[in-house]
Amino acid sequence: MALAETAVDRATFVEWLQRVGDNVLILGHRVSEWCGHSPVLEEDIALANQALDLIGQCQLWLGLAGEIEGKGRSADAIAYLRDAAAFRNVLLVERPNGDFGHTLMRQFLFDAWHIELLRALKGSSDSRVAGIAAKAEKEVAYHLERSADLVIRLGDGTEESRQRMEKALKSLWQYTGEMFMDDALDIAMAGAGIAPLPSSLKPAWDATVSEVLAEATLTHPGEAYQHKGGRKGVHSEHLGYILAEMQFLQRAYPGAIW
Amino acid sequence: MPGAAHPDPAPDVAEVWRWLSEVPDPEIPVISLTDLGIIRDVVWEDDTLVVTVTPTYTGCPATSIINLDIEMALRGHGIGKLRLERQLSPPWTSDWITAEAREKLRAYGIAPPVDGTAADGRLAGRVSRLAGGSNLVIACPRCGSGHTEKISQFGSTPCKASYRCKDCLEPFDYFKCI
Repeated sequence: MALAETAVDRATFVEWLQRVGDNVLILGHRVSEWCGHSPVLEEDIALANQALDLIGQCQLWLGLAGEIEGKGRSADAIAYLRDAAAFRNVLLVERPNGDFGHTLMRQFLFDAWHIELLRALKGSSDSRVAGIAAKAEKEVAYHLERSADLVIRLGDGTEESRQRMEKALKSLWQYTGEMFMDDALDIAMAGAGIAPLPSSLKPAWDATVSEVLAEATLTHPGEAYQHKGGRKGVHSEHLGYILAEMQFLQRAYPGAIW
Repeated sequence: MPGAAHPDPAPDVAEVWRWLSEVPDPEIPVISLTDLGIIRDVVWEDDTLVVTVTPTYTGCPATSIINLDIEMALRGHGIGKLRLERQLSPPWTSDWITAEAREKLRAYGIAPPVDGTAADGRLAGRVSRLAGGSNLVIACPRCGSGHTEKISQFGSTPCKASYRCKDCLEPFDYFKCI
């Protein structure tokens, strides 16, 4: 454990943990926006439960970030008291929910990546990272099975549902590439054996996505221009609206607890 | 209150385990925390009792209630110096639910987990069988029929899925294997 900590500097480790934690925080918040609005009760419950898993994982990742940073910041402080430019999530997770199909398509594209990331992290040289990943992987396996199932059922469904899924895929595809881009921080983390290079997760993701899209009778978008920036703090306008809602209480009533 | 931290002599850990086996799970009160398999260790560190707990799901809202219930129960037995520790590894699995607890779940109307059937997220080669289906036969906890269908992979809590019996027509929860 101590070995891994000295292999990269503290700031690098914390920055990387924010990337991992912010992805699940922002997606968890997005998914929770469905609570009370889903097409049917069972899906409402399922989405809320999934949001809960993601927020739970976020608490572990950001909690570890605070611990390694060593300045006494809790997961809550990191989540609630940073501005948009300090967030490190990929742009995909801050995309608006759109309709139910759009939300499930975003979830599937993310889950198919998330599971590969967690599998790789189980072998991390840092035992704390490996422990969180092993825990989260079991939950995400259910997320992926559910989102893949629904992408297939809606894609290979009615003409209306198929059209909506095609539209969602086309709209979201340009935000998937960012999950696989390597930068200096990733190279440092991979060099320390703490995390995989993002690009190394691409073949497995491609295989899952291609197979599910084919079964869903959806057109694979192929190569396309890919947006990036979230992992460096350059976000779309959507993140600001998410934070305005998510952080309101702690901003208006600092330190509020209940 | 120095010197009055615990009953004298301090209770042995077997006794503490017995106390914990009487603390009900806040969501499913027919089973206890030890039935659920989430108490991982009980040890004395000098004069401090250390209880190690593992969460079922990372976001399970019952986790903080469980910690509170443990503390209340042990304080009720006179334990003065107490520390609760969270342990993530190895991650909790439904395999740790005791055989006795599985019968209690069934009697309570929750189908117990079928071991070895946890989702692994490895979709390759079985995508065509994925949609809408489940290869699992979950017996209805009310009438025992295996003629049931999954309604949703997530039920009333993260650890459960929603099913419906096609014979007695009752909906029921299935405690997912994880």
